[in-house]
Amino acid sequence: MKVHQISIFLENKPGGLEFATKVLRDAQINIRALALADTADFGILRLIVNDTKAAEAALQAQGFTVHHTPVVAVAIPDRVGGLHSIMEVISKHNINVEYTYAFVERSGENAIIIFRFDKADEAIEALQAEGFTVLPGEKLYNM
Amino acid sequence: MIFNEEFETLPREALEALQLKRLKQVVERVYHTVGFYRRLLDNAGITPDDINTLEDIRKIPFTSKQDLKDNYPFGLFAMPMSNVVRLHASSGTTGKPTVVGYTQRDIETWSRLMARSFVAAGLTKNDIIHNAYGYGLFTGGLGAHYGAERLGASVIPMSGGSTKKQIMLLQDFGPTAICATPSYALYLAEQGEEMGVDMKGLKLRTGIFGAEPWSEKMRQEIENRLDIMALDIYGLSEVIGPGVAIECTEGRNGLHVFEDHFIVETVDPVTGEVVPPGEEGELVFTTLTKEAFPLIRYRTRDMSRLMREPCRCGRTMTRMARVFGRSDDMLVIRGVNVFPSQIESVLLGIEGLEPHYQIIVNRVDKLDSLELRVEVSERIFSDEVRALQQIERRIAKDIKDYLGVTATVKLVEPKRLQRFEGKAQRVIDNRQL
Repeated sequence: MKVHQISIFLENKPGGLEFATKVLRDAQINIRALALADTADFGILRLIVNDTKAAEAALQAQGFTVHHTPVVAVAIPDRVGGLHSIMEVISKHNINVEYTYAFVERSGENAIIIFRFDKADEAIEALQAEGFTVLPGEKLYNM
Repeated sequence: MIFNEEFETLPREALEALQLKRLKQVVERVYHTVGFYRRLLDNAGITPDDINTLEDIRKIPFTSKQDLKDNYPFGLFAMPMSNVVRLHASSGTTGKPTVVGYTQRDIETWSRLMARSFVAAGLTKNDIIHNAYGYGLFTGGLGAHYGAERLGASVIPMSGGSTKKQIMLLQDFGPTAICATPSYALYLAEQGEEMGVDMKGLKLRTGIFGAEPWSEKMRQEIENRLDIMALDIYGLSEVIGPGVAIECTEGRNGLHVFEDHFIVETVDPVTGEVVPPGEEGELVFTTLTKEAFPLIRYRTRDMSRLMREPCRCGRTMTRMARVFGRSDDMLVIRGVNVFPSQIESVLLGIEGLEPHYQIIVNRVDKLDSLELRVEVSERIFSDEVRALQQIERRIAKDIKDYLGVTATVKLVEPKRLQRFEGKAQRVIDNRQL
């Protein structure tokens, strides 16, 4: 049930992100979701794309170091308290969130939250048991 | 004033006769006490009996920093440790430092040479000397300290750092002379001015600056901002420490090499051929009187030029021009010698790092800053900011721990730094002295 996320290292300088997006465009990769973590001198671009393998190959060919991370995507109705209801479950199971980012799906009804958990399998189990929709990777890549 | 007039103003013939006598003695001694020198001379097909003129020194092969490394730590000592009373160390080209030893008599020799240097700089026993050279393994601090005491001056053993305290003591203790690296002297001037202290109004009269390359422009700036006379001192731990050569107040054109204790030559750094006075070459020193750690024809990698013309101060000793560069890739960062190869060994010592790096040196607000750019390798890349920052901190800490310098570490994209087929050019030195 995990989603395949790829990350690349970017220096914090003008044109850094532009080069990465150009590589993806030239390889006809569609980005489903992304988040950029940044510090004073570098950033980490985290991506979920329609074709992970092709994206990785294109990025590596241009010298990027590509890191793979399994993340968990949870769909919730886009309304007040949605995220909090997830966090209650996670907190109850003493699971740590390394980072998270979110986007709203095309229909606008659901929000998709991407989580990097320290204990992903345990989190998936707990969320499913409480009735949350954990999205499989394929669903996201083809969204 | 001249501290040791008899020796410092010896007629050249007498000086050279003394040098030859001492050279023969030291070659004889190292041949019988240091295995390295015995092999060096044997392999060159010569014996101590082949040294009959000063020119005969050229028959002896050079000693290099690599030889010191190969004999780490005490292999080149000519005295048993029971006679050694002090050890100092400086940067080696890789992880291990270069170690030197002193007997009681060596310390006395060194102290007298530093006292000579202070007197050449116009100081007397009435002076108060603020010693901002680092105390410790580095020879600067203790060398200047013992020299100041030998002269009978009052020494403030300040060491480096604690700039605000230094400025307070400069005002309160009223030192008349300061020893420091030239860049630190400028930094002190600048910080003092920022604190609203009248740095020109201090009692300081003289500055004795060394341990890093500097320029005539820096001299003028230091002199203007502190209202002092700034003099250049030269030395390196392998040879003895500071006090190998110094400018005199009268001439201020070249540093008198204390030739009764050292033979100085200049050689072509590539061919090793001796170059005549007046021409640029690498300084090569032979110690004539040191007991614990004698060195024969040591390649300093410092580039200079010798002047044989007599100086108006009356000293008959050869002068060397201000060192204007290196024939290797050593950097001097805030008075600390750093070799790129040392940085490389630190990087290789960290699991997962690859030796793709670049060193950028700047001078910001009068102080040197070292920036180290390191490529993120497959093995260390993580998608967590925390993990990458931890690696940056680890590199900076190891550089500080092993090399004693502070570096700003910046991770850069993999394969972004230039690759080299021949000799790597990893250093960008933006400092303008």
